[in-house]
Amino acid sequence: MSILLIAEHNNSNLKVFTLNAITAASKINQEIHVLLAGSKCENVAKEISAIPLVKKVLYCDSPNYENFLAENLTPLIVKLSESYSHIIASANTFGKNFMPRVAALLDVSQISDVIKIYSEEEFLRPIYAGNAFAKIKSNDKKKCISIRPTSFDPAPATGGSAIIEKVEAENIPNISKFIKREETKSERPELGTARIVISGGRGMQSGENFKLINSIADKLNAAVGASRAAVDAGYIGNDHQVGQTGKVVVPDLYIAVGISGAIQHLAGMKESKVIVAINKDGEAPIFSIADYGLEADLFEALPQFLDELNKLNTIQK
Amino acid sequence: MKILVAVKRVIDYNVQIRVKEDGSGVNTDNVKMSTNPPDDNAIEEAVRLKESGKAKEIVAVTIGEEKAQETVRKALAVGADKGIHVKSDGYIEPLGIAKILKKIVENEKPDLVFLGKQAIDDDCNQTGQMLAALLGWPQGTFASKIEHKDKFIEVTREVDEGLETIQINFPAIITCDLRLNEPRFASLPNIMKAKKKPIEQLNAKDLGVDISNRIQQLKVEEPPKRKSGIKVGSVAELVSKLKNEAKVI
Repeated sequence: MSILLIAEHNNSNLKVFTLNAITAASKINQEIHVLLAGSKCENVAKEISAIPLVKKVLYCDSPNYENFLAENLTPLIVKLSESYSHIIASANTFGKNFMPRVAALLDVSQISDVIKIYSEEEFLRPIYAGNAFAKIKSNDKKKCISIRPTSFDPAPATGGSAIIEKVEAENIPNISKFIKREETKSERPELGTARIVISGGRGMQSGENFKLINSIADKLNAAVGASRAAVDAGYIGNDHQVGQTGKVVVPDLYIAVGISGAIQHLAGMKESKVIVAINKDGEAPIFSIADYGLEADLFEALPQFLDELNKLNTIQK
Repeated sequence: MKILVAVKRVIDYNVQIRVKEDGSGVNTDNVKMSTNPPDDNAIEEAVRLKESGKAKEIVAVTIGEEKAQETVRKALAVGADKGIHVKSDGYIEPLGIAKILKKIVENEKPDLVFLGKQAIDDDCNQTGQMLAALLGWPQGTFASKIEHKDKFIEVTREVDEGLETIQINFPAIITCDLRLNEPRFASLPNIMKAKKKPIEQLNAKDLGVDISNRIQQLKVEEPPKRKSGIKVGSVAELVSKLKNEAKVI
């Protein structure tokens, strides 16, 4: 049997985390077939067919799937899953929304947020906000798996020529309707995949003060993150939240500014390669995981930081 | 309108958990336990709907060992009218929990079911969606705002790209984000009153559903420790270290 991987996209482009999920899927020694369910997304079908690790693209084009409502996607995935041993998606808000629905209808216990694949039935996943890792074995015949995308590198995207097979749409239950999507447009790199992330916490004191963070982000070509406290306080939008219930990021450099380091925040960033903490409270827990800690008032430190960066001849992009 | 709220007892979010040395799990002895944080938002939202006259009755349900009853009692103190405690020993996977909740929904016939979007212990983020699937109901997951309209509910969902708004029919499942509202604290008089509210006792084994676990926990281990870092004395030193030592900028 093969793997059915559910592509995340916006009907124009494939979302990059699909490539990370494909890498994860390739750790299981089986053919990877990718389901593309969307509306007028032929370009995405071509994009997926070029991924060398993909053997087949199942392309289902229907207005039913234009907005990826879980109620609508589920019957299609359940139907197709008959001939597959593993159903895989990313453990982001896309995959988290429909995968448990699929698993329940297949009477399968889903394995969420997998960070390592040992075999076709053994996996590693974080629990308790990443403060423990559980090695588990699934005894279900079919496996429904969500992959933590940042734990796997993106698969090469070009050079392949998988066949594209059209699939009929399934009936939809007509119990939910898409109204609107409010996306934050930004010139900066995406938080989930940025090489450098600079995040602000409650210590920023206002949304206005995030301009101090933004100017450094622009200089470093970094994404801007935030702690839950900063998002709750309305300083910045929810799409910037890093943590147990926000995004998990694994950049080369993570700069935490005015963030104390609550367990739930650490869950989203502590795998970063290099961690910097800037906080005026020398006892803040964030310092215990920081490679470089600076005990300082951020309102003095951030302008100095920008000055120092401006003095550098080169900055890696 | 009747609302069912599912609440879970978990290790308090502020506790630094300890992995057992034999790798069999996480130490829960003498550890502070609380309601799973987004479940507090779930109960709060239900109580607000009742206060605004839109909901008539709130039933709070929990599944777990004897002490899980405290979690139901807390929900009653915040404003639920009736509690249900489904007794079970040991961990039940979200699939089994969803099957038990389905039974409760069939008995109680609520118009809405509120749950937290994720439990902070197993971090599965599954139960609400599974329950919705088993019932054939729509779901509003990761809800940060809900608006009750006449024939449907408008749910604003926190998604990776920002916010998404959907419209779902009754009856429905809502899984609550922490930003849905600010949960209140129970007042002392309400805590006293809650002691008189009824809690129905059920046993998970008697419900006639398959709650067998499908996932075998082979080993629980601590994540790799980070090497301890250093404190730098100035911004200039920090930038120099990042440039020349860590080589990341």
